[in-house]
Amino acid sequence: MDPKVELDAKYAPSDDIVAREIEGELIIVPISSGVGDMEAELFTLNETGKAVWKRLDGTNDLRSVIGSLAGEFEAPRGEIEEDVLGLVGELLKRRMLVDRRKP
Amino acid sequence: MSKTYFRKIPADRSGIWAGKHPLLTTLDIELTERCNNACAHCYINRPQNDEFARKAELSAAEIREVLREAALLGCLSVRFTGGEPLIRDDLEEIYLAARRLGLKVTISTNATRITPRLADLFARVPPLLPMEITLYGSTRESYEAVSGRRGSFDAAVRGVTALQERRLPFVITGIVLSSDDREIEAFDSWVRTNFLPEHKPARVLALNLRARHDDDGKNERIRALRPCPDRQYRVLSRDEAAFRRDMVRLFSRFAGIQGDRIFACEAGTGSACLDSYGRLQACLLLRHPDTTYDLKKGNLKDALKVFFPSLRERRAKNSDYLARCARCFLSDLCDQCPARSWMESGTLDTPIEHYCRTSHRIARGLGLLGDAENAWDILDREKRIEKFVKKGGWNGPQG
Repeated sequence: MDPKVELDAKYAPSDDIVAREIEGELIIVPISSGVGDMEAELFTLNETGKAVWKRLDGTNDLRSVIGSLAGEFEAPRGEIEEDVLGLVGELLKRRMLVDRRKP
Repeated sequence: MSKTYFRKIPADRSGIWAGKHPLLTTLDIELTERCNNACAHCYINRPQNDEFARKAELSAAEIREVLREAALLGCLSVRFTGGEPLIRDDLEEIYLAARRLGLKVTISTNATRITPRLADLFARVPPLLPMEITLYGSTRESYEAVSGRRGSFDAAVRGVTALQERRLPFVITGIVLSSDDREIEAFDSWVRTNFLPEHKPARVLALNLRARHDDDGKNERIRALRPCPDRQYRVLSRDEAAFRRDMVRLFSRFAGIQGDRIFACEAGTGSACLDSYGRLQACLLLRHPDTTYDLKKGNLKDALKVFFPSLRERRAKNSDYLARCARCFLSDLCDQCPARSWMESGTLDTPIEHYCRTSHRIARGLGLLGDAENAWDILDREKRIEKFVKKGGWNGPQG
């Protein structure tokens, strides 16, 4: 079952990955087994993904993250929210994010 | 905003960079020259108990610092090699440091030191690149005739099995020194049956002389172990259709003769190799003192931006090299290179007869050269290559 994305959650990168920015590419490198689709894969985020990722630092809840993006991008808020929920869902499914509210 | 959030990149592919590449993409680190085997053909090995060598090796802290600098430069892959890298007591610490920096790791190993505990670590923290295993024979007798150590065959099989049981990816390279071609068939079949059903083991045929010019007696033995050009051709072309396909691919990239440039490969561009003692090399084989960079007195960025580019500007001066190698159209087929020239003769630009004879033998087998022809004399080389590629490698004999 896919993990539920919560607007009140404070998501942050998992300790099971390392995110590296190299020549403008944001690359997520799995460290532990079971992260990602298959262990032997890296992931790069597109510009949308990067803008979201940089705000997922465990200090702001997802609602604030969406608000911050809406202040920066001209897209309708509903569209931004849909994108953020979609991306966070994908990242949670791959164990790349954790909810910092949880122990 | 867009709905395609991320791209998945298979870890064994480097196709991440759409535009600018980082200064360093891959780094080889030779963790030690010492080895628990004593292979007859090895270009670098020292005894495992060589205390002088051990004390001179970079410490784990020094290696961690190099890894950190490499990651800052954008490096994505590191290969730990040796000697036998797994004989270092601090291997786990070094491995984990690399992985925590977000580096993909491969380890070149004889597998004899892969314990269940170490394999469990690799399963928990996967290297993201296949391990590179070298095996020396498919039976205890043939393997240990090369490795020179009793018990090493069983230890290697246990090590590979430990990886296999945990579904960790690995590739196998075979160094089969037996003069009996049937041993090669037996080796390939043993690998397929026991470890990798679809795998065609890579084969090392070009045996290098000692990289540190430290053992004339061993060099003589290595020369004696080298397969002659006829045998190399026979081994390479066992699957003739596949071999000719590979050769068509190779020659279809032909970009003209090399001229007096001695570096035809990509050594030192986007990659580097660190020896056990802190000297940075453009390639793992090239240890001519003038071509290595003391990393303890400098840094990776300086080596990659200044030292290696200037090294790659070197031009050949040896008249024999200029008359032959500089005009030869078989350079992509030939193992001649500055590193091997240094190993054989102590210079960077001396033609190596063994490799020259071998590449000529292959070219004759492919119909690119007649029996009495030398590749450096061939003026219609482009026409011959074009015909060879057009006919899919089956162009009939020359001359």
